[in-house]
Amino acid sequence: MDVVKKVFSYRKIRTETAFKRFLVFTAIAMMVIAIAIFLTLVIHSIPSFQSLGTRYFFGTTWDPVSNVYGALPFLLGTLITSFLALLISIPFSYAIAIYLGEYQTKGWLSELLKNIVELVAAVPSVIYGFWALVVLVPMVRSLEVKVGAAPYGVGILTASLVLAIMIIPYAASLGRELIRLVPSDLKEGAYSLGATRFEVLRHVILPQTKSGLFAGLLLSLGRALGETMAVTMVIGNTSILPDSIFSPANTMASVIANEFTEADRTLYLSALIELGLVLFIVTVVINIIGKLIIKRFSNE
Amino acid sequence: MNKRLQLRLATSKVFEYFIMLLAFLITIPLFAIIYYVLKTGLSKLSWHFITNIPKPVGEIGGGIANALAGSLLIVLVAAVIAVPIGILCGVYLSENRNSKLAYWSRLAVDVMQGTPSIVIGIVIYFWIVKPSGSFSAISGSIALAIMMLPIVIRSTEETLKLLPSSLKEAGLALGLPYHKVILRVIIPCGISGILSGVMLAVARIAGETAPLLFTAFGNPYLTTNVLKPMQSLPLLIFNYATSPYDEWHDLAWGASLILLIWVLLLNITTKLITRKWKVQF
Repeated sequence: MDVVKKVFSYRKIRTETAFKRFLVFTAIAMMVIAIAIFLTLVIHSIPSFQSLGTRYFFGTTWDPVSNVYGALPFLLGTLITSFLALLISIPFSYAIAIYLGEYQTKGWLSELLKNIVELVAAVPSVIYGFWALVVLVPMVRSLEVKVGAAPYGVGILTASLVLAIMIIPYAASLGRELIRLVPSDLKEGAYSLGATRFEVLRHVILPQTKSGLFAGLLLSLGRALGETMAVTMVIGNTSILPDSIFSPANTMASVIANEFTEADRTLYLSALIELGLVLFIVTVVINIIGKLIIKRFSNE
Repeated sequence: MNKRLQLRLATSKVFEYFIMLLAFLITIPLFAIIYYVLKTGLSKLSWHFITNIPKPVGEIGGGIANALAGSLLIVLVAAVIAVPIGILCGVYLSENRNSKLAYWSRLAVDVMQGTPSIVIGIVIYFWIVKPSGSFSAISGSIALAIMMLPIVIRSTEETLKLLPSSLKEAGLALGLPYHKVILRVIIPCGISGILSGVMLAVARIAGETAPLLFTAFGNPYLTTNVLKPMQSLPLLIFNYATSPYDEWHDLAWGASLILLIWVLLLNITTKLITRKWKVQF
C-alpha cells in the first residue's frame, strides 16, 4: 500500500516538474525564435555586406540585370510613404482618441465609434490594396491631371493615403487609453478654476499625455514601415529615386514582395535580404522604444 | 457675460464639434470599402463559386474552392501550432513576473510582434522552404504561427495577471499539483480573455498575405497536401487583383467578400464572447 502511494506521488511530482520545465522551455523558445530571425537575416545578407558595403545604402540605381544594387530609392520610398501616411493620419487618430477618451467615454455613440475603429484595424491589408487599386487610384489620377503631374494614379501619394487609413486605429486606441488615465482630480481642479473644456484639454490633458501620444505615433510608424501588401499594390513598383509625391516608387517591403522569388543570383537575393534586415531592425527598434515609453507612462 | 468669456466658451464648443467631425470621418473609408466589396462581390457568390476551382482566363465561371480550403487548412494548422505554445508561454510570463528569463522572453515577444510580416516570410523561406526544396502549405502555417504567437501570449499574460492569487493558492492548499492548478483552475478562469486573444490572432493571420508569398506560394488547383504549395484567399486576391484580366478581378472580388465576412465575423464573435463569458473578480 505504502509503495503504491509513493510511486503515485513520485509520478505526480515528475509531471509537475516536467510541466514547469515545459513552461520554461516555451519562454526560451520565444527568445530562440527572435534571435534566429535576426541571425538568419544577418547570415544571408553577408554576400551583400561583403561586395556592396556602404555603397548599398547610398546607391541610387537598382538594376539587377547589370548586377547593380543601390537601396536608396527604397529607403527613401519607405520613409516618404510612411511619414506622409503618419502626417495624414495624425489629426484623425488624435481626434478619435480625444473624442473617446474625453468627450464621449460612455454611451452607444462611443461604442459605435470604438467598434468601427476596431473593424478598420481588422480589414485585411490585401483588401485595402485591392480597394485602393480600383477606387483610390482613379481619384488620385484625376487629381494629378488637375495639378498637371504625370497621371500615373499609382504612386507615393496613393500608398500613403491607404496606409494612413490602415494605421489610424493604432494611435487612436492607445491615445484613448492614455487620455482616460489622466487623473480626474487634475481635470476637476482646472474646471473649478473656471477653465473651459478646450482649455482643460489643451493645458491639462495634452501635457499629461504628450509622451504617450508620441509612443502611439511610433507604433503607428512601425506598422506603416512594415506594411507590405496594400503598398505593393498601389505604389507603382518603380525602382527609381522618387522626385515628387505623385511619382511611382517602391518601398523596402514592396520590392522584397515583388522580386524575392525572382532573385536568381546570390548577390541579388542577398541584397533583398539586407533590405529585410534593415526593415526588421528599424521596425523592432521603433516598436520597443514605443513600448518602453508606454510602460514608463503607465507606471507613473 | 463678458466678451472674453463668450469667446472662450465658443472656442471650446467649436473645438468639440471639430473633434467629433474628424473622429467620425474614419467611418467613410470603412463603409466605402465594405460597400464596394459588397457591391462587386455579392453577385459572384454562389454555391458554384465556393465549390469550384478557378477556370483558365477566357472561360466563364470558376470559383475559389482551392483558396477557401487552403486558407482554412493553413490557418487551422497555424493555430494548432501557436495556441498551445502561446498559452503556456503566457502562463509562464504571468507566473514569473520578475524573473530574468521572463524579462528577456517578453522582449523577444515584443521583437516578434514588431517584425514585419514580409520579413517572417523571408526567414521561413530559409528555415523550411529552401531545405525541403519546395514551397509548402506547412511552411506557410509556421510563418503564420509565428505571427500568432505574440498576440496569444500577450492576451494570455494580460488576462492571467488580473486573476487574484487566492485562486491559485486555494488550489495548491487543496493539494492539487501545480500543473493541475494551472490547467484546471487558472486557465479556465481566464478562458474568455485567452479565447478572445486566440480569435483575434486567427482573424489577423487569416488576412495575411505577405508571409505566404514565399512559403505557401499559391496553387491554381485544389490540394490538401500540406507539403505542397497551396492557395489561400489573400494570396488569390493579391495575384488576381494585380492581373490584367477582368474574369480574375471578378474572382478576386468574390474572394474579398468571403475573406472580409470571415474576418469581421471573427471580430464580432470575439466581442460577444468576451462580453458574455467575462468573469469578474
